[in-house]
This record gives sequence, structure tokens and C-alpha cells, in this order.
Amino acid sequence: MSSGLQTGVEVERTSAPRRRITLPIVLLIIAGAILLLSLVRVITGADDIASSGTLNAAFGLAVPIGMAGLGGLWAERAGVVNIGLEGMMILGTFGAGFGGYQWGAWAGVGLGILAGALGGLLHALVTVTFGVDHIVSGVAINILGLGTAQYLASVAFVGKPGGGSTQSPPIPDLPSISVPPASRFLGDIEQEHWFFISDVAALLRAFTLGFSALGIIAIALVIGTYFVLWRTAFGLRLRSCGENPYAAESLGVNVYKYKYYAVVMSGALAGLGGAFLAIVAASAYRDGQTGGRGFIGLAAMIFGNWRPGGLAAGAGLFGYTDALQLRRGGESVHALLLVVVLVLSAVAVLQLVRRRLGPAAIGAVFAALVLAWYLTTDEVPGDFTGFTPHVTTLLVLALAAQRLRPPAADGLIYRRGEGA
Amino acid sequence: MNRFDPRRILLTLAAPAMAIVFAFIITSLVLLAAGDPIGETWRTILDVGSQPRSISLIVNSATVFYFSALAVAIGFRMNLFNIGVDGQYRLGVFTGALVGGAISLPRPLHILVIVLVAMVVSALWAGIAGILKVTRGVSEVISTIMLNFIATGLIAYFLRRVAVPVAGSNNIGTEPLPASGRVGGLSLIPDSPLQIYGFIVVAVLAGVGYSVLLNRTRFGFDLRATGSSETAAVASGVNVKRMIVISMLLSGAVAGLVGMPVLLGEAYSYSLAFPAGLGFTGIAIALLGRNHPVGIAIGALLWAYLDVSGNPLQILVGVSSEIVTIMQGVIVLSVVVAYELVRRYRISQEQRRVARQLDEAAGPSEPREPQGVGV
Repeated sequence: MSSGLQTGVEVERTSAPRRRITLPIVLLIIAGAILLLSLVRVITGADDIASSGTLNAAFGLAVPIGMAGLGGLWAERAGVVNIGLEGMMILGTFGAGFGGYQWGAWAGVGLGILAGALGGLLHALVTVTFGVDHIVSGVAINILGLGTAQYLASVAFVGKPGGGSTQSPPIPDLPSISVPPASRFLGDIEQEHWFFISDVAALLRAFTLGFSALGIIAIALVIGTYFVLWRTAFGLRLRSCGENPYAAESLGVNVYKYKYYAVVMSGALAGLGGAFLAIVAASAYRDGQTGGRGFIGLAAMIFGNWRPGGLAAGAGLFGYTDALQLRRGGESVHALLLVVVLVLSAVAVLQLVRRRLGPAAIGAVFAALVLAWYLTTDEVPGDFTGFTPHVTTLLVLALAAQRLRPPAADGLIYRRGEGA
Repeated sequence: MNRFDPRRILLTLAAPAMAIVFAFIITSLVLLAAGDPIGETWRTILDVGSQPRSISLIVNSATVFYFSALAVAIGFRMNLFNIGVDGQYRLGVFTGALVGGAISLPRPLHILVIVLVAMVVSALWAGIAGILKVTRGVSEVISTIMLNFIATGLIAYFLRRVAVPVAGSNNIGTEPLPASGRVGGLSLIPDSPLQIYGFIVVAVLAGVGYSVLLNRTRFGFDLRATGSSETAAVASGVNVKRMIVISMLLSGAVAGLVGMPVLLGEAYSYSLAFPAGLGFTGIAIALLGRNHPVGIAIGALLWAYLDVSGNPLQILVGVSSEIVTIMQGVIVLSVVVAYELVRRYRISQEQRRVARQLDEAAGPSEPREPQGVGV
């Protein structure tokens, strides 16, 4: 319990040595994923599963999920569970619509962040100052955020050109970056459909097609979060509030203050995610725009083991499945089943090598079942692809919950001076 | 605990009263800031309580909310957050409607089958979260949220396969229930053109059952003990894992009743227009009512009242009906804060009282001895 104040990068609890994830390993994982995808692409002929268009769309869909997840990461690293992310995100979409159509896209971004941060401030007030259960407060904020956005929208947007009670007037576009020559060159390679090479080209090309400035800010925020939380004294103190607030208190850390910082930041990031949805994805505020992405963000954070890198991977994965579903959904997701078969088989073989027969058998059985599904059908119904992220999260939690390590004092109510 | 103490009752009532006053102030401020008419809005909301038709609507909504809140409350008493009531009831009512439309049985049996199917399906869906929690340590908060989304997808998929067009609309739904599967209404409200769901009887029974189960049975004692202190419960021989699975199943089974009043008494089929999101309302109402069967009933009536009062606002005063949602959200937040403040106040009062009694027992001038010497 007292390991929260070690000055290391990673607080290790298990005695088993864990491999540090370094840049070469990350690159290897990415290469492996591309290899797998291109193998499946060649076998199935479903070209869309690794096309630059899909990958570009995947990134656009991953950003709001990632921002919500990053919001969850900040709050939970300081020990406050935030399931009010969805409500804060909704506030963000309204703020972006309100500011965006009147004073331009950047004002929309600013107001979206501010609206989300206000939601975060409320959550901090209720959970930190008044010591109410975090989940209770989050549920209430989801109700309140939705009602507030809908009410204000009907006050602010009705009667404006292009606006109404469920929609804001159009928001002007943010600048987006594209590199046409590189895009053309890489596009030529992609069109050849060579094994692996074309897929790498597609991945690179995805970043040369229109790429919103807000997307770049989002990437910077993920990296920035890593540096602030894991490389600065501020971050160490903030994380210590999530691991053992009473130990932090005994070292003179003002735990309340850090929790406030974290939860307000959390709301601001969720608001930014909402602003991205309104400004970049839809060019307007729309009622029901978030569609549960706050919850998926939370799932991405858990998938990523409360770490920024893992969170980005989770958001990327969920964004990818979402993009596949939107572009020729049935066929592409059907091809993805083969990826699942390959991954499960690999897990089964790995477990067999380690002489763990039980897990190996379970892996093999599931691989066989999915393979049977793949062989007997031509398409996965669109309704099923819609909940791919949620099933993935459940599976990850069910299979790896013991390896996940949330902050030790996550969700516990802290009162100053009441440490045992 | 049960001794009559006016101070205690006053304090218990103080929290919700404070919350409602606070919500009134905040909502008025929001109206003021938005430039909407404050006086007329409140007058319209208050008027709703005097119209027989609105009262029927309120009682009917409250019946539905009551089941949902009861399902959540069972989990709460055990420190389990069943956020998945939403998915559970929708899956249950969908399957119930499907089965009910496909079979034909004599009257009471037909209804019984529909209700049982819904309860079992909902219970099993909730049970997944329970099993994941005890075998794999997965937090039920996350798993039930995920299961909600999965339920939505599953229902959409199967509905498309079995659906028939709903008469008079371009909506699709399950095969309508035959007359033997329907529950008639009761004319409880005088002068009202609407009837009250016959299922309200079941709601009352469920409330009584909940109270008896929790307060008068060994199971209920174990459940409350586990909720208060897991370690103490383990020490007294409670199998916590078993309790978690059973409470999740029980909570899910009650969730299966949520859709029943509407299905059996009004809609007769599950369509895309079937009320959704009732599970989240249930969470809010369980919090308002402090998991007490009577408290929940009052909370459900209050919530339904606000819901119904939103409708005329748009038409009569031109104020968006979502102002009501804001008020509901503020009430929940301020109620939980108020309960917490009252709880703290009570503890500090208690400590002061004990300290005073100890002082008196020890005598005015003697120094206090440790370990009860001189008592």
C-alpha cells in the first residue's frame, strides 16, 4: 500500500519482472500489427481493413475517445473515479457549438474546454469537498450535463440560421494539414496492394490526408500527460494522491488541491473531446452527438492499464473498429474475425509452450469458434460491430483483470487527517 | 435504532427539503440567466398537480420508476453498483414481448410466463456482471456499462430479424400480445380519462417484499452486513462471493419488471419507441429515496411529477422542457451532498454527546481514567 511514493517511473507491485515498454518494442508491436493486417488483407481481399482512408477515419474517431480516456486518466490517477465524463463531454459539445458559430472554431474549442472543465469542477466540489461517492456524483453529472446542454441549446440556437433546439448553426472548419505530393506518392504504392509495403504506405498516407490541427493537439496532450504525470514533481504528487493520499498528506502534499487540479483537468479534456466531435467531426453541435463515447473513453483507459500509451492504443483500437464499421462495415469486420482467430491461436500456442494447459485450451476453443463463425458467414451484422469496443473491454477485463493495476486509492473517499 | 426521536426524523427530512429548495433556487437562476419567465414556469409546474390526467400520468410513470429504483437499491444495499439495470430491463422486456407474442395460453398463465421470462433474462444478464466480479475481479460498474451497450446492439439485431410493422406508424416491433397476455388498467384517479397500470399492485407487493426480505430474513441481514462491512460479514461466516452473485441476480430479476407495466398495460409490443434510459432514472431515484421502500416511492413520484410537468412548459410558456432535467440533476446532486452533510453533523453531535456523558460519569473534577475505570 505504501509503494505510492517511490520515485520510479512505474510503481511495481508484483514481484515478477515486467518488461519496460520502450520505443523499439512499440515499433515492433506496430510492425507486427501491420503484418497481421496485411496477411489477413491478402487472404480475404478485404482491402478496406488497411486502407489509408480507413486509418485516417480511425484516427478521427479515436481522438474524442482518447480525450475522454485521458480525462479519466487524470482523475483516476489522483484517486477520483469519473464516470461523469459523458456528461462533461456533452457540455463540451454545447460549448463548442455556442462559441464556434459565433466567434470561430478556435473560440469553440476554448468554450468547449471551459464547459467541460466546469463539469469537472462540479464533480470535484461534490466528491472532494463534500466527500460524496464518486460514482453517485458521476451519474448525477451525466443527467445534469445532458439536461443543461439540451436546455441551453434550445435557448441559444433556436431561430438562428441553420440552428434549432437539437442543433447549432454550422461551425467554421479548423485548419487541417495535408501533404498532397507525399499523399500522391504513397497512394500509388498503396494501390499496388503489395504485401506489407503497401500497408506501411497506407499507414503513412493516413497522416498526409487532411489531418485536423485539433488532432495534432490531441496527440501532444497524450504525450504531454505522460511527461507531466510521470516526469515532474507535480505529477508525482498528483499520482501519490491516487495511490495513498494519507502518505502524501504526511509529506505535506495538499491532497485536496491536487485532486481539484486533476478532476478539473479531467473535465477540460472530456470537453475537448466533445469539442472535437462538434467542430471537426460534425461541424455543428448536435443532440446526442457523444453517443456514449465518454464511457468508451473510460473503457480505453482501463484497456490501457491507466497509462497514457496503453490508453492511446485502446482509443486507436476502438476508433479503428468504429471506422471499419462505417466503411463497408460487414465485410471488413468479417475479415477482422480472422485477425481475432490468429491472435487467439497465437495466445493458445504461447500458453502451450509455457505448459499452461487450461488457458491454452480455452484460447484454442475460442479460436476454433471464431474460425467457424468466419467460415460459415459472409458478413458480421452491423449491430454487432457497433458494440465491438464494449465486448473487447469486457474480454480484456475478464482475461487480464489480475494484471491491470488501477491506482491503489482509486475511488476511495479521502478526508484530511482521517488516515488510519 | 428504532426509538422515536423527533430530532432524528427532523434531520432525515432536512436533507431532501434542503435539496429541493436549493434546486428551486438554481433552476430559477438558470431561467433568469436564459431570459425565460420564472413565475409562469413555476406556476405551470405547480398546476400539473391539480389536473386528473396529469396525476394519472405521474402515477403510471412512478410505477415504472419504482421497479427500476428498487432493482438499483438491492445492489446499493450490498455496495454493488448495478448501472446495468438499463440494459437488463430492455433485454428482459424484449424477450418477454417476443415470447408473449408467439405463444397462446389462458389468461393468468400467459401473463405469468411473460413476466417470468423477462425476469429470468434480466437476471441472467445481470448475473454476467456478478460472475465476472467474483471470478475475475472485474468491477461491476464497468462491466454493467459495457453490457448496456451490448444489450442495445443485440436487441437491435434480433428486433430486425423478428419485427413486424407497428400498425399506424413506420416503426417496427415484436408481434403484439394477444388479449390473454394483457393486464387491464384501474380507474383509481377520479375524473381522469386515463387508467392506472394494473401492474401497480405488483409494484406495491415488490416494495413490501423488498422490505421483508432485507429486514426480516437471514439473507437480508447477510446482505446488509456485507454492504456495511465486508470483513465483518466474512468473519461471521457469510460467503461474500455467493452473496454478490445472488444479489446481482436478484437485482436483475427486479429489473426485469421495469418494462412490464408499459408492455402489458399499454404498448403490448416491444418497438424501437419503447421507453429507454429508465435504468439511469432508477439510480437517481434510489439515491433520493435512500434505498428505503417508502423513500423510493416518494422519490419516484417526485421524479415522475417533474417529468410530466415538462410537457406543458413548451406549449404554454415557451420554456424548453429540458429545464426539468436540469432540476432533476440538481436535486440528485444536492440530495447526496445534503445527506452527507447531515451524516457528518450527526456524527459530530454523537461524539459530543458521548464525550459529555463520559465527563459526567467521571465526575466534574476528577481526571478521566482510561479503560472504563469508575463506570
